[in-house]
Amino acid sequence: MWETVFIGLSVGSILLLVALGLTITYGAMGVINMAHGELVMVGAYTTVMMGTYFGLNIFFAIPAAFLMAAFVGLIIERLVVRNLYGRLLDTLLATWGVAILIQQAVRLEFGLAFFGIHIDGLGVGLQRVDVPTILRETFEVGGVVVQPYRSFIILLTVALVGLTWLLMYRTSFGTQVRAIMRNPKMAAACGIDVTRINALTFAYGSGLAGVAGVMMSGFKTVSPGMGTSLVVDGFMVVVVGGIGSLLGSVVSAGFLGQLNGIFATLSNDILARAVVFGAVILIIVWRPNGLFNFRGR
Amino acid sequence: MKIERRSFLKGTAAVGAGAAALSVTKAPYGFIRNAAFAATDTVEVGVLFSLTGGLSIIEKSLADATLMAIAEINDAGGVLGKQIVPILEDGASDAKTYNEKANKLVIQDRVPTVFGSYTSASRKAVLPVFEKRKNLYFYPTYYEGFECSKNVVYTGAVPNQQLSNYIPWIIKNLNKKKFFIVGSNYIYPREMAKVCKILVEQAGAEWIADEYLELGHSEWGAMVKKIKDSGCDAVLSNVVGDSVVAFYREFGNQGLKHDQLPICATVTSEIEIAAMGAEYAAGSFTSFPYFQAIDTDANNSFIERYRKYVNDSNAVTHHALESSYFQVFLWAQALEKAGEETPAAIREGVKGQEFDAPNGHVKIDAENLHAWLTPRIAQWDSNGQGVIIDEYPAPIMPLPYVAYGETESDLFCKEGGLDTSKL
Repeated sequence: MWETVFIGLSVGSILLLVALGLTITYGAMGVINMAHGELVMVGAYTTVMMGTYFGLNIFFAIPAAFLMAAFVGLIIERLVVRNLYGRLLDTLLATWGVAILIQQAVRLEFGLAFFGIHIDGLGVGLQRVDVPTILRETFEVGGVVVQPYRSFIILLTVALVGLTWLLMYRTSFGTQVRAIMRNPKMAAACGIDVTRINALTFAYGSGLAGVAGVMMSGFKTVSPGMGTSLVVDGFMVVVVGGIGSLLGSVVSAGFLGQLNGIFATLSNDILARAVVFGAVILIIVWRPNGLFNFRGR
Repeated sequence: MKIERRSFLKGTAAVGAGAAALSVTKAPYGFIRNAAFAATDTVEVGVLFSLTGGLSIIEKSLADATLMAIAEINDAGGVLGKQIVPILEDGASDAKTYNEKANKLVIQDRVPTVFGSYTSASRKAVLPVFEKRKNLYFYPTYYEGFECSKNVVYTGAVPNQQLSNYIPWIIKNLNKKKFFIVGSNYIYPREMAKVCKILVEQAGAEWIADEYLELGHSEWGAMVKKIKDSGCDAVLSNVVGDSVVAFYREFGNQGLKHDQLPICATVTSEIEIAAMGAEYAAGSFTSFPYFQAIDTDANNSFIERYRKYVNDSNAVTHHALESSYFQVFLWAQALEKAGEETPAAIREGVKGQEFDAPNGHVKIDAENLHAWLTPRIAQWDSNGQGVIIDEYPAPIMPLPYVAYGETESDLFCKEGGLDTSKL
């Protein structure tokens, strides 16, 4: 029983980790960022590079990947997204293009592959991230087997949600972001530097994707295409939770994760996936604006 | 800065000359190529693998091995005194693209043979092209069997060459009695599972579960928990692709150990082991006719040449890659024997053709056009290499319909085609 709950919790935390950045970029800023999965991938590759060139493990990769993905996000915002605020469908197409560009840049080793130069850690191949022993060996606490890696993801997700909450609801930066969410023009009229805040918010959301990438790299192989499937799950969580609602994303990820865990244990993963998507459809039909949404008014 | 008229003119003249030089080098290229085609002092062949998309990770290596074999044959004087010219096409990890490119190679380029495909899906997509146009396809990957085409030469293992030695060996030598069969949810793992079940029952053991996960799935928490709770003493894995990595990692993360509950896999090759980290696979088993660890001069030289060819000193070799390599030599021998570059003649020529491949002796069966291969079992060590702990003394016959009762004395797939009354 405990193990089933734990699997659900773990699935949910991974969903939330990927969706957290989207909650900000899509939810708060109204940008359908199709390149979000690729930012996850950038985070994962940063982890690979940290290991290959500096011999540093996952723990050191977390801040590095955050900064790297935030930096890439900042560039995307500056060059592409900035010109598209308020044009939801255009952001979808444009960022999809950006996603393909990032993928190919990694695959072609930033074009160096054409000249026969190979950079270790980039290219079409599968990359590997070694998980430190401390996160690998299971241990028992009171008869319950604890899996350190999954537990670490859950803790990290909780920490990041807490951090994001603090940032959004307890700092002046967050107040400005929320003001822009409600009404960008009014916010600008009140003296908020909308361009700057938007750029920083987008970079923060992208940085969270980078951290998700670090944790994904310990689970699966790192490859240029790894982000594509993740972005679907991310949007699912955000849409069900209610666009722009941090609490909504947390509840929705937890719910979908448990649903997946329970059905995967009772029956199998294929059915569980179908049940999850079925639930998503029902929720959207029942509440088109998601579970928690303040914009519906 | 002022633009001087003279230097400006010079500049444009240089650009013009450059463009002219470009067009000069370009124009005869097409001309020479056509002239060569007419004079036929070369043989053109198609090479069709996914160079882009999700499968490019593996298929690129198959294309490299094919091109390397062609280069080696050319260096040794070619075939029938002619140089082989590969026409490389990209299947883009997409069955429809595979079909279009196969059409292009067969109809427009009129090649007598195409080497290609990794997945069964892409093979099935091009099959109608080769059957309708009576062309010839060389397929290098291990696959599920259940196919009998006059227009395909299969040089990878079929289920009996991966399983018929494997399961009795697990039961006898590892003393395992209860199997948990797990695979990716598509035709190859499902057909493999059928053969597994037959063999497990024949050997007097039992299988307690037969479960599937989506191809590419990376969330293995629930499945590994099921394996843990099932009371099985061995796991038979037909999991494919990068799911393999997530599976082995989760297996280790949940505290399962290969020395008590080993994963016995049919698809986990050097590539996946390198991608997951050797420590997750150490102690588990895989059955393949070829491993990088085969310690013969032929194989060591092959690995060295391949690494040099792809300019990567850490490149790994694996079963489908090795088949991609040796099948070109079988094709060249067939062409030498046939004497003419028509698909029909090459097909007649390839029957019974033998070659000393890196894995040992291989032979194309005259009846079903599959390869005779030597089954081997390896246990993975902590360096990501297989230690070969069991191997057949000689290559065994390929039986693509073994799951439906085919035996060496009762063949379903014969020279005349499939005997459907036996299915």
